[in-house]
Amino acid sequence: MKIDILAFGIAKDIIRGQTLQVEIPDGATVGNLKAMLTERFPDFEKLRSLAIAVNTEYRPDDFMLSEKDEVVIIPPVSGG
Amino acid sequence: MIDIQLKNTALIPQECIDFTASDSVGGSVVFIGTVRNNTKGKPVVRLEFEAYEPMAISEMKKIAEQAQVRWNCEKISIHHRTGSLDIGEIAVVIAVATPHRKAAFEACEYCIDTLKETVPIWKKEIFEDGEVWVAAHP
Repeated sequence: MKIDILAFGIAKDIIRGQTLQVEIPDGATVGNLKAMLTERFPDFEKLRSLAIAVNTEYRPDDFMLSEKDEVVIIPPVSGG
Repeated sequence: MIDIQLKNTALIPQECIDFTASDSVGGSVVFIGTVRNNTKGKPVVRLEFEAYEPMAISEMKKIAEQAQVRWNCEKISIHHRTGSLDIGEIAVVIAVATPHRKAAFEACEYCIDTLKETVPIWKKEIFEDGEVWVAAHP
């Protein structure tokens, strides 16, 4: 299935854009996606943390993705 | 009651203070976060804030709800900026009102500490000779 991913902060610099479409197997999880992103963009490994939000909530690595999900790469936050 | 706002125009602390006013409140604590002119001595020109807006709002709301339950806060107002901020401008305002002062201090500190850990907002420091996403790397 195809997943559209949105990026913010330093994640935009790393993927060189605000959006990215990836092809992942049906039933793939947040953990699978993180592994795929890190392999394709090794700079993610240098960050203090890497989280994935699905439909505006932080999700654990075992969370299963679906095609219509809003998937967002959340690099280390720095508000305030 | 909770008031959460994400704005790309100047924040007005009085709006947060006014929101938290009530006859049964005994004290309000207000935190105002501003743009500092240096990072570890290196001059900062300005800051740029960006947010994943729907989630930033829902995460700020969660923090306020948690604080409300834990410290019995009557009212909490959190306003956060996005966009480009000059030195001295206000990046965040948090106002917390409780029947007794101690709870207001603790709840306000909890709100700003947790906001910095969980709310999807990012700031970039702009220096004379470059720019850095704050706290991105260990």
